Amino acid sequence: MKRVGVFVCHCGLNIAGMVNIKEVVEEAGKHPDVAYAADHRYLCSEPGQTLIKDAIRQHNLDAVVVAACSPAMHEVTFKNLIQTAGLNRHQCEIANIREQCSWVHDDSATATSKANVVVHQSVEKVKLDEPLDPITVPVTRKVLVIGGGIAGIRAALDVANSGYQVYLVEKTGSIGGRMAQLSETFPTLDCSICILGPLMVEVYRHPNIKLLRLSQVEEVKGFVGNFKVRVRQEPEYVDVSKCNSCGECTKVCPAEVPNEFDSGLTWRKAIYIPFAQAVPPAYVLDDRSCLGLLPRACGECKKACDKLGMSCINLDAIVKVHELEVGAIISATGFELYDATKLSEYGYGMYPNVMTSLEFERMLSASGPTSGMIRRPSDGRVPREVVFIQCAGQREPETALPYCSKICCMYTARHAMMLHHKIPDGQAYVFYMDIRAGGKGYEEFVKRCQEEGGLLYLRGRVAKVYEEGEKLIVKGVDTLSGKTVEIRADLVVLAVGMVPSQGSRALANVLKTSLDANGFFAEAHPKLRPLESPTSGIFLAGAGQAPKDIPETVAQASGAASKALNLVSNPTLQREPTVAKVNDQFCSGCGICVPACPYDAISLNTNTMTAEVSEAVCEGCGTCVASCPSGALSLKNMTDSQVLAMITSAVSPR
Amino acid sequence: MQSYLYFPGCTLRTVAKDFDASAKASARALGFELREMQGWLCCGAVFTNSAENLITQAGPNRILGRAQAEGDTLVTLCAGCYNVLKRTNQQAERNQIKQDQINAFNEDRYTGGVNVVHFLEVLRDRVGFDKVKQAVKMPLQGTPVGAYYGCLLLRPFREMKLDDPHRPSILEKLLVSLGATVIDYPSRTECCGSYLGVGSPEKIEAVSRGIVESARSSGAKILAVSCPLCKYNLEVCQGKSSKASAESEFLPVVYFTQLLGLALGLPPEQLELNSQQLQAIRGYVVTAVESVGRQ
Repeated sequence: MKRVGVFVCHCGLNIAGMVNIKEVVEEAGKHPDVAYAADHRYLCSEPGQTLIKDAIRQHNLDAVVVAACSPAMHEVTFKNLIQTAGLNRHQCEIANIREQCSWVHDDSATATSKANVVVHQSVEKVKLDEPLDPITVPVTRKVLVIGGGIAGIRAALDVANSGYQVYLVEKTGSIGGRMAQLSETFPTLDCSICILGPLMVEVYRHPNIKLLRLSQVEEVKGFVGNFKVRVRQEPEYVDVSKCNSCGECTKVCPAEVPNEFDSGLTWRKAIYIPFAQAVPPAYVLDDRSCLGLLPRACGECKKACDKLGMSCINLDAIVKVHELEVGAIISATGFELYDATKLSEYGYGMYPNVMTSLEFERMLSASGPTSGMIRRPSDGRVPREVVFIQCAGQREPETALPYCSKICCMYTARHAMMLHHKIPDGQAYVFYMDIRAGGKGYEEFVKRCQEEGGLLYLRGRVAKVYEEGEKLIVKGVDTLSGKTVEIRADLVVLAVGMVPSQGSRALANVLKTSLDANGFFAEAHPKLRPLESPTSGIFLAGAGQAPKDIPETVAQASGAASKALNLVSNPTLQREPTVAKVNDQFCSGCGICVPACPYDAISLNTNTMTAEVSEAVCEGCGTCVASCPSGALSLKNMTDSQVLAMITSAVSPR
Repeated sequence: MQSYLYFPGCTLRTVAKDFDASAKASARALGFELREMQGWLCCGAVFTNSAENLITQAGPNRILGRAQAEGDTLVTLCAGCYNVLKRTNQQAERNQIKQDQINAFNEDRYTGGVNVVHFLEVLRDRVGFDKVKQAVKMPLQGTPVGAYYGCLLLRPFREMKLDDPHRPSILEKLLVSLGATVIDYPSRTECCGSYLGVGSPEKIEAVSRGIVESARSSGAKILAVSCPLCKYNLEVCQGKSSKASAESEFLPVVYFTQLLGLALGLPPEQLELNSQQLQAIRGYVVTAVESVGRQ
């Protein structure tokens, strides 16, 4: 017979304010197997833990029930504690009398009686808990980083610099991501590609980083510490190791399509280099815009390349599948812009002189479509009056995005100031809701832009934009003066919001992790575990998790890298032993449990014709136990007899 | 013959008889009937947004309650009535507590369930613009029409859900199916000034005049509307300008149903189109007279 100790926590007034602690302690003491019962204001505090530890020794306890908050909060704390007191860590049960009791009831008497039931049930359960030893599994000491933007680059470099192997998977032909498209960065006005470029080169040269361009993660199997990943790499028609970026192939290519890198403002060929600083520094053949590979319709690029004696181009290249084994995964999938054509009041897509902020950004860039000059797309003329509309399609829960993208106040101030620099006699108008410039040097930057650039900030929203002759009429309201305003503008720039990359949902399915209401990757805890996904071993970095600027993205990427390193820097990993178990005597080998398992942890042994659980893979969810028709499966420390004992305790009169 | 329950409203019985007559005649030409509901009364003309709007909603609820006895869909023509009845119905379905209070004033309990639709929706969703096009006998060739929406057909968007509130196209699509040339102009969804015309006509002068000018400078020769009040304001504002230029510059305003009727081959008298309006679509009238003559 076990000697059980019951410890009831007040949690300040969180529990004690609703549950009569004294009564719960007294009632617990009446249980025949409870050798000791006590209470404390904060059991998780040092004195609280000492109370439990001392009681285990003094009263010679074999098992412990802690009646406190949810096991999600402190189960590990108390299991560790009883281990230091010499007990097996699985001789501890948490009776949740806070989240599922004191917080949700408004009548003290019923809450107290429910707390009594929960405590007694936990005593019944702990009596039947077996001592278990943790399962030790080896860790694959490599990391997969998905996405080659600034987040993925930073995370990959941090892991690689610590001496571990990294696979960096990038969907497009080059790493660099959105940051490579930017002209300058706020608040210091650094040239974006100038600070990003060296990092991209470092990735390319790093002995510990294997870069897979044109690649996407197709399947992830296994579990934390031991993921098996299948990566599909689109055909690399251009051999990266041979290509010297001479560009002869592009000259002869007859197919032209809009250039994604310039937000569609320029054209590119079907064989092209994504941008001058592309990494890997090689050309890419886009087979969707190529005139034809099967059957071969053109092949001019290959002829041009072969003529030079280079023969980098293989038009028969096929899809490659890479099977990778990694211990941790960092998802850094980044963002896209909200589709501005949905904002019909602003006329984007109808009027050529209404553009998105990213298109304007490309115009500012020295490598952009206008070599850094600001021009009207309709007629190429220099605009004088330019209206910037902040929060375009943002903070509008009913019709567009409910959230704030966080970066638009800053880059719009920068855009407006750049306009002033490039067109000194021009005038920038900025419609804003409020200026959110929280960040080091941000407020000062916005002020500086407003003052130096002579910017006119109008607090209010734009109701309508329409074309009248060569001008765009912007009708809005200035809520500070309470007047409607009408601006005859030459150019309108929409600060549209950030949305998660298109492939996010599919990737979340592959990674078996979740997205939030807006489609961004969900974090395990919004405050305390912002770098981790709810699925262990999968970490998050960058704007794929939530809109954020470059400094924050880089900080999160380094954080995620450090989390991944925590994992892969250990040769082994200990997993919870509360897994499913097969009783061979009862198992008929029917195999129903095999497809029932969501983790592929069960297989049928064809020799013995019984089910086998891979303990390293099993997550202890219990689905197989419920599916088994002959009762051969059970979950350790959550057996049928334990559940029955708990139910019996709950329904028997005391 | 297929029939739809129909709510005309006060204005269509007094100053906008042409709207009522042209819609009913067009419906018949398209093979369905607008069957007037029994015992209708004034909708109240505006959906009051004040917190204490209980008593102003007794009327529209009474209408919906009576309509429910006759059918589950109620067709409206006047944009104002459409707005009031559609929003009243949504509130009835949304706010049960308030509905109980309103019902205390009425003999019939109404708790929602009547589908309030605009005649345009019948044409678009039930008849189909392609079918309308097939029924056209005399296309409105070459007449540059400016469709004018105003506010009440489209807003509040969340409740009306008829079309995109910023770039609507339902009227244009209908007019195109009638063979008309449609003119896009920026003010087509702007407010005409509404009831401000009663107390401060100078304000109407400002806003409605702007709409007319915007349409005219974009090339419209005639405006098509769906609201008697909009029509009134758009006409009155032109009458007040200098008399000399008024005659030549007057931009006629007609109901979209009148253009529909013309295209369907109905005689202009039945649609109650006056000579000035017909003149604005002269090219059409000549064709019409000629084709009538030939028949």
